[in-house]
Amino acid sequence: MAEENQNGKNGNRVGLLERVKAGVKEDVQSLKSDLPVKAKEQIEGLKDPTKTQVFTSIFRHKHDDTPRNRALGVLSNVFLHLHPAKINRDAVRYSYTWGMGGITFYLFIVLTFTGVLLMFYYHPSKVQAFRDVLYLEHDVPFGKLLRNMHRWAAHLMVIAVWLHMFRVFLTGSYKKPREFNWNVGVILLVLTLLLSFTGYLLPDDQLGFWAVTVGTNMARATPLLGHEGPFGKMLGMTPYNDVRFGLLGGSIVDANALLRSYIWHCIGIPIVASIFMIVHFWRVRKDGGISGPAPVMLASEVKEPKK
Amino acid sequence: MDWRQLWEIVSAPDNVPIVGLIPLLIFYIYLAWKQAKANDELIAELETNPAMAKTHHRKSWPFRPGWQKEIHVWPFLLRIEFLAAMIVSIILMVWSITLSAPLEEPSNPNLTMNPAKAPWYFLGLQEMLVYFDPWIAGVVMPTLIIIGLMAIPYIDTNPLGSGYYTWKQRKFSIGTFLFGFIILWVAMIIIGTFIRGPGWQWFWPGQTWDHNRLIYEVNRDLPDLFGITSNLAKGIFGAIVVGGYYLLGGFVVHALFRRYNPKDYKRMSLLQYSIMMFFLLTMVGLPAKMLLRLLWHIKYVWITPWFNV
Repeated sequence: MAEENQNGKNGNRVGLLERVKAGVKEDVQSLKSDLPVKAKEQIEGLKDPTKTQVFTSIFRHKHDDTPRNRALGVLSNVFLHLHPAKINRDAVRYSYTWGMGGITFYLFIVLTFTGVLLMFYYHPSKVQAFRDVLYLEHDVPFGKLLRNMHRWAAHLMVIAVWLHMFRVFLTGSYKKPREFNWNVGVILLVLTLLLSFTGYLLPDDQLGFWAVTVGTNMARATPLLGHEGPFGKMLGMTPYNDVRFGLLGGSIVDANALLRSYIWHCIGIPIVASIFMIVHFWRVRKDGGISGPAPVMLASEVKEPKK
Repeated sequence: MDWRQLWEIVSAPDNVPIVGLIPLLIFYIYLAWKQAKANDELIAELETNPAMAKTHHRKSWPFRPGWQKEIHVWPFLLRIEFLAAMIVSIILMVWSITLSAPLEEPSNPNLTMNPAKAPWYFLGLQEMLVYFDPWIAGVVMPTLIIIGLMAIPYIDTNPLGSGYYTWKQRKFSIGTFLFGFIILWVAMIIIGTFIRGPGWQWFWPGQTWDHNRLIYEVNRDLPDLFGITSNLAKGIFGAIVVGGYYLLGGFVVHALFRRYNPKDYKRMSLLQYSIMMFFLLTMVGLPAKMLLRLLWHIKYVWITPWFNV
């Protein structure tokens, strides 16, 4: 019959229904056969998540314990790449380093963290400051712990900075080529003390008020710039225009002084200190890493520079 | 002996850090001294034995050929840092749970705290106020301390002792630093914390703080001892005394430094030498003035219409 061919009665125009049926049948067939295979593949893949695209997009290298990967683990991490990949075997000795520089930095991070949390509960105004501290201590969950941690971490940081400086001095680590970084460190020491001191006033209690009163009273006596200091009066200094007035935003420790110390404490000094810290860490690396423990030098080997 | 008074001072929350600092300092001085001693012995051995000096690895820690000279930061340094962070966190947690930060009455300008003490790390400066006017103790001295610290790397020309603990190679600089840091700074903080009571008067540890105690001290000025009365003469006299201190003291230091530190002396430029002299004499001036007060009740040395020293 002329109208019949291998495609059926109506040529290749098979009925739509037939075609859909065949297609669906095929789909079902493929699900049956492909799904288990793909699922198996997927599960196999999950057994090694380090090969997933998500993982490899985050971590750029493998983590098998090879020297190359150990180095890359430090170098390809933005936080860790402050370190070199390798250091002198003795440079990790605690008896040499005392670890105080690192502890200082860690305490700074702790202080930033607890400090930000404290800022949520604190208003730098005469009416509210003291009440906020009471509220913090008695009503805020873990508020007392938060405040204690901030306070004691601050004191610990002062101690850690002193011990760090002490170690650096005793090991002669300020000597060439690290002179400049010692200076950055001295500035960081001053900033640490200022951070601690500006925080002292913030609870607005008797302790802080009188400590800051005593402290800033000394500024009255600044030579040239204080109204009670040598030559101050001659330069026209009064309690209302001298350096103490500038520090306190007034002639007494009051609302303006509270606000100023709050802003210095929470914004001004931390930013400045962070900048100096960046330079400090950068220079540690650029000046050749940690100073030692270096091989001892003999007096007989010193080459005197020619003059 | 008033144990309760002593306990009150020692256990005041804000005094705990300084109580903690003392054993820490003792421990770290011991640690540094131990390594300095080992290094000094090694140096002495190497100086007498040039053959050994050529091959020795020059550290007081053991090292054998074949051992790696360098180690990976990961994990050998990072695990120490992690451990340090953990330990500090634990100490901080325990400290914060067991001891509360102080909170006094709300601030009251009409009710003076007695004694009104600065935070412990500034008590050295506050203690200086006893012996000097505020413009020196509160402004000039702190500034000079900061500048002096910053000048250290530029006036210490000794190339030895860079990167290791030693005493014998750096006796002068380490001795000076220990004097300034331990004897002056830390000791004055300890005095300010534990000994100064109401009215900033001297109370021995264990002595009860008597808020009504009055001390009649007759402090004299140095010019008065010499019967100088006119203002002009007082000013000139004081300038001579202070200038004389720097000149004479400078001469004594020069005589000693030249003899006992000939190499450093030779290396230092005139500017380096005079800067070192100035800071050294100013630092020694502090205990000198304290002695003048404590032994002879002398308040001022130099009196002018504008300032007193």
